[in-house]
Amino acid sequence: MTAATAKRLSLALSTLVGLLVAAAFLAPILWTILSSFRGGSEAFQVPLPPWPTQGVSVDSYLRLDAAGEGILRHSANSGFVAGMTVVLSVIVSLFAGYGFSRFRFPMRNVLFVLIMATLMIPFQSILTPLFILLAKLGLQNTLIGLVLVYTTLQLPFSIFMMRNAFDAVPKEIEEAARMEGVTTFQMLFRVLLPLVMPGVATVAIFAFLNAWNEFLAALIFLSDPDKLTLPVLIAQVRAGRFGSVDWGAVQAGVTAMMIPCLIVFLALQRFYIRGLTAGAVK
Amino acid sequence: MSNIVTQPVTVGKAMPCGGHKRKRKRKSQLVGFLFVVPALLLVGLFFLTPVAMTAWMSLHRWPLLGQPRFIGLDNYWRMLSDTGFWDAMGFTVLYTVVVTIAIFAVAFPLAIFVEKPRPLQNVFRTIYFLPVVVGFAAASLLWVWLLNVDNGLFSPLMERLGLTNGRVNLLGSFDLAFASIITMVVWKVAGFTMIILMTGLQSIPEDITEAARIDGVSALKRFRFLTLPLMRRTVGLALILCISGSMLAFDQFYIMVSGGPQNQTLTAVYWIFNQSFVSFRLGYGSALSIVLLAILVAISVVQLWIIRDPKEDAR
Repeated sequence: MTAATAKRLSLALSTLVGLLVAAAFLAPILWTILSSFRGGSEAFQVPLPPWPTQGVSVDSYLRLDAAGEGILRHSANSGFVAGMTVVLSVIVSLFAGYGFSRFRFPMRNVLFVLIMATLMIPFQSILTPLFILLAKLGLQNTLIGLVLVYTTLQLPFSIFMMRNAFDAVPKEIEEAARMEGVTTFQMLFRVLLPLVMPGVATVAIFAFLNAWNEFLAALIFLSDPDKLTLPVLIAQVRAGRFGSVDWGAVQAGVTAMMIPCLIVFLALQRFYIRGLTAGAVK
Repeated sequence: MSNIVTQPVTVGKAMPCGGHKRKRKRKSQLVGFLFVVPALLLVGLFFLTPVAMTAWMSLHRWPLLGQPRFIGLDNYWRMLSDTGFWDAMGFTVLYTVVVTIAIFAVAFPLAIFVEKPRPLQNVFRTIYFLPVVVGFAAASLLWVWLLNVDNGLFSPLMERLGLTNGRVNLLGSFDLAFASIITMVVWKVAGFTMIILMTGLQSIPEDITEAARIDGVSALKRFRFLTLPLMRRTVGLALILCISGSMLAFDQFYIMVSGGPQNQTLTAVYWIFNQSFVSFRLGYGSALSIVLLAILVAISVVQLWIIRDPKEDAR
């Protein structure tokens, strides 16, 4: 055997191993999505094979819809919380990133470090007083209260990303724009915003995924059945809150929870990985 | 760092004359501050205030209804004899150690595998990373179905393959439940650690390892004596992220086994959750939170020390 064939063989072998591992990583996701479309008695049987053999059915989704206040309502709750968290995180961190990057004011660095330092404190350790605080503000058991908490938790990372994004924009661009006599707000929205869009995309993706997936705070702060977000609702379905445990409905719920995340990630992967490595390495 | 707004400008028709400079500067300072005010308000109200409140509440008996009563350090003394809490702490540390080792055992080979240019390289990276974007709650719900004994996947599959005699309840005993949850978490998190380690591998100059290869140094030795020391900081960082994340584990134990069997898988956060929001001992829950907070801050300090710039150290 020549060196060239040995090399090609080892490459083929390692690619095969890689594909097997990839199959193992993909299998649980595919298994759930496929199984969720089994209907009738099939939905309650062992998922071997996972795909529907007696015709595709949305029965599991209909049974999930019967739990709680309906799947649309709870998806809308999750969507509202995640969407509002994205909007608020982007706006607040865009302003703060611009302020920290382009202006000098007293205590600028102290305030920046203070915001970054909150990263050291786990939010799990402040849930108890947060519960009292939200009640005092009349925000307990509201989706807006959850949005404000999620946005606050996103801010250190988001402001860090946006400050870096503004720092990377050459000052000459602003100087040129200033010659044209643009106002501060025009400068931010017309001139700079298009240049920091990659940073905005990164902030938005992380805000969406974290808010859409968060479980513990939603479990504690929301108690009205009609306010529950998807993870809390499906956890109740799994715990048998609505009668015996309906695994078909759980599969449908897990699918509904996963699909938006997978789409957002696959479409905007570049910005996601950028945020991951910037946040982790710096 | 110079600042464009406060720089004296001598050209341009819209620019004021020198006499207005100081006023302009003060105005620009105010504008800059106003831009960061929304962030400061949110962080102040929903983060710093609760942190201060945690410390304050931990000194009180604080029921859900009725008046809080100041009791000094009583909550902390009580904690010392709270065997349930220390059992939960012990379990959390055990879980953290085991899951961190398991994640690295999977993520390191994957990082080396996807770092080298190869066919389908990007496809591999994406697929290994995919479970990371699925939430912990969704992943737990997914796996608890796969693991359930009646119509899940694993125990019927093992029975059919003749690996087990009858169906085994994979969440029924501590050892099996623990192993099952570790498997789920590795599946969910390994891709994240892989990407971090991969960036570390990419930062190693290729000519160094290439020179060693030509000199006939074996692959294992190259990894042990060249690659690993050169990516010390990245490994440290991945390790710390893994540890601090695992110390705060809750979702998977709540959703998959409800802290069972026999309350053997209650984690620290789970214990605090039970004290604060099941028994509504909010003061005591705050005292426990302070302990958790102190541990995590200590871990963060280690992290800052690991990722410090060695060049600055030398100065």
